[in-house]
Amino acid sequence: MSPAEALPGASSPSVRSPGGGQTLAEKILARACGNPSVVPGQIVVGQVDLAMAHEQGAQAILPFHQMGAERVWDPERVVIAIDHWVPASTEGAATLHQMLRHFAKEQHLPHFYDIGRHGICHQILAENGWVVPGDLAVGTDSHTNMLGAMGAFAVGIGPTEYAAVLATGKIWLKVPPTLRLTADGRLGKGVYAKDLVLRLLGEVKVTGATYKAVEFDGGTIQGLSMPERFTLCNMTTEMGAKAGMVAPDERTFHYLEGIAKHSMHPVVPDRDARYEREVHVNVDDLEPQVACPYSPDNVRPLAEVAREHVRIDQAFLGSCTNARMEDLREAAAIFRGEKVAPGVRFIVSPASTRIYQECLKEGLVGVFTDGGAVFTNSSCSACFGGNMGLLSPTEVCASSSNRNFPGRMGAKEAQIYLMSPAAVALSAIRGEVADPREVL
Amino acid sequence: MGTPLKGRVWCVGDDLDTDQLIAGKYLTIIDPELLKRHVLENVEPRFSQEARVGDLLVGGINFGCGSSREHAPAALKAIGLGAVVADSFARIFFRNAINLGLPAVEAPGVRALFQPGDQAEVDLERGTVENRTRGGSVRFEPFPKHLKEILEAGGLVEKVRRELHPPAPGAAP
Ligand code: SF4
Repeated sequence: MSPAEALPGASSPSVRSPGGGQTLAEKILARACGNPSVVPGQIVVGQVDLAMAHEQGAQAILPFHQMGAERVWDPERVVIAIDHWVPASTEGAATLHQMLRHFAKEQHLPHFYDIGRHGICHQILAENGWVVPGDLAVGTDSHTNMLGAMGAFAVGIGPTEYAAVLATGKIWLKVPPTLRLTADGRLGKGVYAKDLVLRLLGEVKVTGATYKAVEFDGGTIQGLSMPERFTLCNMTTEMGAKAGMVAPDERTFHYLEGIAKHSMHPVVPDRDARYEREVHVNVDDLEPQVACPYSPDNVRPLAEVAREHVRIDQAFLGSCTNARMEDLREAAAIFRGEKVAPGVRFIVSPASTRIYQECLKEGLVGVFTDGGAVFTNSSCSACFGGNMGLLSPTEVCASSSNRNFPGRMGAKEAQIYLMSPAAVALSAIRGEVADPREVL
Repeated sequence: MGTPLKGRVWCVGDDLDTDQLIAGKYLTIIDPELLKRHVLENVEPRFSQEARVGDLLVGGINFGCGSSREHAPAALKAIGLGAVVADSFARIFFRNAINLGLPAVEAPGVRALFQPGDQAEVDLERGTVENRTRGGSVRFEPFPKHLKEILEAGGLVEKVRRELHPPAPGAAP
């Protein structure tokens, strides 16, 4: 039986489980804690299906031992993927990597994505099928939300808490109320999932989903590819959300075919589920968007900002938000045969080594480097201002990443404009913030 | 958790992010005793020097937003604060604080109740914060059982340790 057949509700929404009235988040957490149902505000202790760590996991090792734990609860459910400083660019990072290598060896953790088979942790989880519908997944990174696109409850946690998960396989959670964001209509040319999520961020703001789960729904969402859904769920972190998710459907199961690492328990929200708040947008007339300094919710129509001729010093196409094959292809389609504007750096960093290799095969590395871009090894790269591609106080960057807070990419005065990969590519060519519709 | 916490109040504003609590340049410091020297250094430079064990930090909305660094509550705990009380908390800061055994009390309206230096009384059982200097109080939802257990154990490390290694029957409590 295919996973899809196991889920009558996904293909025919009229078939709902008895009991009713539960959101996607509530259903997943109910299963995780072994209750028939849960209500927002309730504290539950859930069984974790997957626990991911990146460099911050090194800080969990000491508390793990202080807890008196001897063995990781289930080495098959633990993934370590180092990504922030790859290869190590500071002594501190080298030490963190070494601590994790020792720990993985001592604990016999087979799923360690060390340098050579590395990638951004969230992309490693996605492309290897580590998170599947119905999972409760945790990770030591705040953008773990991205994996909610699998129809899972995926949440970022701190290192002490991660130690407790390693020791016990369990985590306490307060069941969040759900904010439902629905989108209908078709995205126009040059308008992407990134523009949709920026538009929604402009609406609900950076604290609009604090403590809440975000559930995406509606015709537009159902029409989105998995990579596009990853982009949406990734940026629910910027809304303050505990988790962001899309109910699993045929696309989810198709994406996971042959790669799912453990059995699925897919659930979909009940029709009469109770939402704390609902926001609806129609995307037929949605224009490309841009988040201006210094907050991801400072969102304006891209065309308007482009008319102001905002000069840039750097363009960054990378990060867990938008550096997958589809993103790089969109950008390459615009960049092919073009050159980076004089005085501008264009940094392209694929989200995983596998994507890097695909770029080689498809000739995208040539497309970018022929035009004067720097095509880097896969890592978080310039996204967080601690590894490479940092900005000086007076510099401006067009970026496909997810955060533009002061100091995010280096100097606290530096200005970051967040936009789609296509917009980043055209901005690199023009040397100023640009609207990709002009060339599409 | 029976006895109310009493202490002198320090005040900060809304949206105090973890960068302001502990700047990014100190993230390679892991020892909380060293970290605490830099806590709030750009916001309230006297704090790390003058805050005493049992003092209370009162914040506005969205306290502890931004990056998920555990360094921030770890440094506040090392100072010896009785609790952080705020109108609201960012999610990961709240969890990290509780897991380190530092009570993070979400009491809407609390910021407006206090001036720096006031004396406060926080009753975790009853769910009240009182200004003992000027009068006035706000209520909050007392911690549920599971969180109380973490706080009573002094943090998640100790709680899990007790679960993994329960004291032998008959052993002294
Ligand atoms: S790419 Fe950026 S946002 Fe994503 S995990 Fe790395 S640093 Fe965080």
